[in-house]
Amino acid sequence: MEKNDNLLITVSPHLHSGSSTAGIMTAVILVLLPAGAWGVYIFGAYSLVVILAAVLASVLTELIINRLLGTFTLNDGSAVLTGLLVGYNMPPSIPIYIPVVASIFAIAVVKHTFGGLGRNWMNPALAGRVFVMFSWTGPMTTWLVPKTWGLADAVTGASPLGFVKAGLLNLQSGTVAGPATFLASKGYPVTGLDTAVTGWINGHLLEPIGTTLANGYVDLFAGNIPGCIGEVSALLLILGSVFLFFKKIITWEIPLTYLASFSLLIWIFGGLPFGNGFFKGNILFNLFAGGLILGALFMATDMVTSPVTSRGMIIFGVGAGFLTFLIRTYGSFPEGISLAIIIMNMFVPLIDRLTKPVKFGLVRESKA
Amino acid sequence: MSKQATFPEGGVHPSDFKSFTSGIPIRNAPIPALAVIPMQQHMGKPAQCVVSKDDLVREGMLIGRAQGVFSANIHSPIPGVVKEIREIYLPAGIRSEAVAIELQGEFDRSGKDEPRLEWQRISGSDLLKSLADKGIVGLGGATFPTVLKYTIREGFQVEYFVVNGVECEPFLTADHRIMLEKPLEILEGIRIVQQIMKPRQIIIGIEENKPDAIAVMRENIVRAGLDFKVIALKMKYPQGDEKQLLKAVIDKEVPSGGLPLDIGAVVSNVGTMQAIYEAVVLDKPLIERVVTVSGSIIRNPANLKARLGTPLSELIEECGGFTEPPAKLIAGGPMMGFAVLDPDTPVTKGLSGVIALSRRQVRSPSQTPCIGCGRCVKACPMGLQPTVVYKWIEHGEYEEALKEGLMDCKECGCCGYSCPARIPLIQGMKLGKVMSRKNKQA
Repeated sequence: MEKNDNLLITVSPHLHSGSSTAGIMTAVILVLLPAGAWGVYIFGAYSLVVILAAVLASVLTELIINRLLGTFTLNDGSAVLTGLLVGYNMPPSIPIYIPVVASIFAIAVVKHTFGGLGRNWMNPALAGRVFVMFSWTGPMTTWLVPKTWGLADAVTGASPLGFVKAGLLNLQSGTVAGPATFLASKGYPVTGLDTAVTGWINGHLLEPIGTTLANGYVDLFAGNIPGCIGEVSALLLILGSVFLFFKKIITWEIPLTYLASFSLLIWIFGGLPFGNGFFKGNILFNLFAGGLILGALFMATDMVTSPVTSRGMIIFGVGAGFLTFLIRTYGSFPEGISLAIIIMNMFVPLIDRLTKPVKFGLVRESKA
Repeated sequence: MSKQATFPEGGVHPSDFKSFTSGIPIRNAPIPALAVIPMQQHMGKPAQCVVSKDDLVREGMLIGRAQGVFSANIHSPIPGVVKEIREIYLPAGIRSEAVAIELQGEFDRSGKDEPRLEWQRISGSDLLKSLADKGIVGLGGATFPTVLKYTIREGFQVEYFVVNGVECEPFLTADHRIMLEKPLEILEGIRIVQQIMKPRQIIIGIEENKPDAIAVMRENIVRAGLDFKVIALKMKYPQGDEKQLLKAVIDKEVPSGGLPLDIGAVVSNVGTMQAIYEAVVLDKPLIERVVTVSGSIIRNPANLKARLGTPLSELIEECGGFTEPPAKLIAGGPMMGFAVLDPDTPVTKGLSGVIALSRRQVRSPSQTPCIGCGRCVKACPMGLQPTVVYKWIEHGEYEEALKEGLMDCKECGCCGYSCPARIPLIQGMKLGKVMSRKNKQA
């Protein structure tokens, strides 16, 4: 046989599962698109500009830093994803320089000062959001009413969580059944879609088993509410995440423990601010009224800034759920997801150290 | 047992690619005109070469003598004349003295009536001696000298003798075919080992992707009235590793840094059982073995019984050559095997397969930094955090890497297989081991 000088010599393994960093980033970007498209649909074309500005700023910052360092890392896809998440976390009528600054901060400060992809110890997109949140709190908490409410263009209104939070400040005495009842009593809008779907669900599913669903929840779940561009549609975010679960790009540990611990705490203590007793909290409202679904499925699960072992992820998820509950219920902001997650990000090295896997062959030894 | 056994932690599920060769009976490879036989074909010390240039050798004659117990005898696979004795590189990167024998003269054994030894009356220690004489080593790939493995200290009771028919490496079907074609020889080999070690239980572990082999072994065990147990195992790589296999079949863990014997077990490959049969019953030294030649670019993939020292290129030619130029040739399985530089690399005792990969199959996206996905941690059957060990090694902190369990790593490749960032984790582990040994000596 003729000699072949072109034989490739590498160390085993010679087979690969086929996964790649760029593949993971691309998959996450793709499944996020429907939720973003929904946001653009209900908040108008300007919100698309916001998202694109965030992505562009993120990509350009990455490129400039690459240029300075003599590297090229744009093809790992992470800069696009960071930009997209920054854009998704912006209110739809935000002045354009704010997402741009958030993206620059995310990429330049949070990601690259610590060594780039894989070395950042906070989720860049969330850190960028928190940075502009505290810098421009006014614009960051001004919400556009969705077109689906059928009001005039560019009307601003309170997000459900903000509305309830503000309402509770005025609640000096007496009780309200809960956030949903409170919104209904103050005439918070409910769309025709909501009434129709709720009616169908009650008629066909719930009334036969002796219960009913109040109006408003379908709007929360589908995203017919004011909020950040990409966070409003829990429905599309959850649908998108199914593919990521299937591909094991996200695993059950963080989302499930995050949502479960948060729900449990809300159920136990969530009724107190309304003047009710324990175990009166409204879980459904709190799950879908804000950015929790986006946070739990797509931000807390960021691989770089979450623990590596199952046990570590569970601790991380429970911690994030606890902090979100704490900030949302007792903090001065109606939302708490960004802060909760980046605080937990800081605990990741510690969690990783405490949750090392048990080495094979050590179990028996310790028993002996 | 309704739920099929496997090891619980870690492991991966690569496609098995076994259908290329699993249905093709073993046939003899052509006798090489020039056989190059390395003196290092086993774990331990190389054999001492006992022939010199221009010596005439007969088929099966001793050409390399074991240096001590942690070594093995080597015999001439063909009759001929010693052309030269030179140094060659083996795929694992080690250098070895090798004897080049040019085919000449008559075969003493092949094609002749074979003797049949009634071994039942021979004592265990004499049987062991005969295994040593015949140069038997573990044929699963680790090539541990079999005699050393079966030499049990006085008064120690071996609980389990586990015969490894798992063959978890993708592509490889050599053991599968041996089980289908030579079940009686395997069983007789096991009985010889039984006579040597007197274990309380004998278990044969086979993965469920070989239902025919499971059936054949079970059938023949029943027919022979033996009390060996065949356990069908759920497919998972690296179940063929003795530590994972023992965890799967007897649910015990070999202690870190220890041997199977520490939990009363000895593990051997099915191919080794057949070699033991030939060594003891047919008085035949280990001069040939079954090699799977496979890959999508091999024209007619096959299982070949090849003489040691046969160049891999001749095996590939026997299989019709390539359908397109290969990008990579692997000696062994694709998960743990070694990339081969020289296609004329000889067949050795530990070579289970030759796998050819195409350009498309070796293409890989570029490496990125670790993104902390934790897949290597989930995949590691030894409970290590490969990414953490790797980072210490990358920074030259070998002491820290050792503390993280570097020496428990057996380089099965599950971490590298799973890593989306394409970090050469196994390369790091190998480097780390070499460097920390070096540091210890310094």
